[in-house]
Amino acid sequence: MEEEAHGAAAETASDYINHHLTNLQVCRIDGEWVWNHCEAGMLSLNTLNVDSMAIALLLGAGFLYLFRRVAKNATSGRPGKLQTAVELLVGFVDGSVKDAFQGQNKLIAPLSLTIFVWVFLMNLMDLIPVDWLPEAAAAAGVEYLKVVPTTDPNVTFAMSLSVFVLVIYYSIKIKGLGGFTRELTMHPFTPPTRSIGIISAPFVIAFNFILEGVSLLSKPLSLSLRLFGNMYAGELIFILIALLGLYQLPLHFGWAVFHILVITLQAFIFMVLTIVYLSQAHDTGH
Amino acid sequence: MNFNLTFIGQTIAMIVFVWFCMKYIWPFIMNAIETRQNEIAEGLAAAERGRSDLAKAKGESESLIDAAREQARQIVDQANARAGEIVEQARAEGEQEKARQLEGARAEIEVEINRARAELRGEVVAIAVAGAEKLLAREIDPAAHDELLDRLAAEL
Repeated sequence: MEEEAHGAAAETASDYINHHLTNLQVCRIDGEWVWNHCEAGMLSLNTLNVDSMAIALLLGAGFLYLFRRVAKNATSGRPGKLQTAVELLVGFVDGSVKDAFQGQNKLIAPLSLTIFVWVFLMNLMDLIPVDWLPEAAAAAGVEYLKVVPTTDPNVTFAMSLSVFVLVIYYSIKIKGLGGFTRELTMHPFTPPTRSIGIISAPFVIAFNFILEGVSLLSKPLSLSLRLFGNMYAGELIFILIALLGLYQLPLHFGWAVFHILVITLQAFIFMVLTIVYLSQAHDTGH
Repeated sequence: MNFNLTFIGQTIAMIVFVWFCMKYIWPFIMNAIETRQNEIAEGLAAAERGRSDLAKAKGESESLIDAAREQARQIVDQANARAGEIVEQARAEGEQEKARQLEGARAEIEVEINRARAELRGEVVAIAVAGAEKLLAREIDPAAHDELLDRLAAEL
């Protein structure tokens, strides 16, 4: 399929791969809208990945629209098939939240549902054969299209850092600023408070702070990098398989079947870790 | 890695989506689920209640039927006893009536016999007087002998 799709002899395999992994970008340079020729620094706040953003918004809006329609017509009597499916999902998420989190919080369950379904839908884009949407876009005159939003670190980091902000917020809200600071400095080693050992207390506190700080900061990092890494690698393998000509068919099928598991699992892990982190933030008895 | 506006856009989108889900989706669906769960629990409890009520009613009806059967038996027994009594009474009455009538008839017969005897006596006296008259027409004065004859008649 891709033979005729990008049949131009000049295109090498690495060009093909790079093309698939390049975002459609737009940026404002010198008062002009520039497409796809934006500087690629570590942080460039004038650039937008149009494809990631549009697909993520579309999927999120689709999810919310569907669920809203069900929620509005929800009956406590005999539910329809769609309502049953939605209720299964909601019940599953609710069960996961109740397993890990005992406290009272109106935010965590809907947050988990949104994360699970949205991440799952974004991951699901990975199962669309890698050339379909980019080729369609090319036919419509769009040069680049990276279809899976979760292969864009912007997307995964945005989600995990939002969760991280919530973790910090609830930690301070529940434990107080003092309690949160104590948690970061007084564990795992208790600083000595008596006799000559008191001299070492600042060092112990500093050491604790480094340990706890790393453990705290690793939460959003691992959360987003795990999702990004899995999806990026999966997408890359789909692209590599697509380079194999006719042999790609069985391989693609096998990898796609395996990937159904991966995308569901990654969405689930993201949701469960979100719940666990927020539940730790509510946990006062360290 | 190239971080750009997408990060901010995605963050805003996430906040809005989560807010929307929390406000307009989650409570409605949870409400429907919980209401249904309560209804099912109530239905099951009602069914359980109905089942125990039915068992109780069955026991009650059985004891009622037993009581009615017992009562019917008693009534039949009473009726039988009463019927025997009535027959017995009727027989006794009949017996009494029979004895009474027999007594009456006997008394009547006695009266008849006495009356017939008195009549017969009178007639025998008359015949005897008439015969004696015919035999002794000439020599016997009836007036002189009336007293004698009356004494004789009283003796008879």
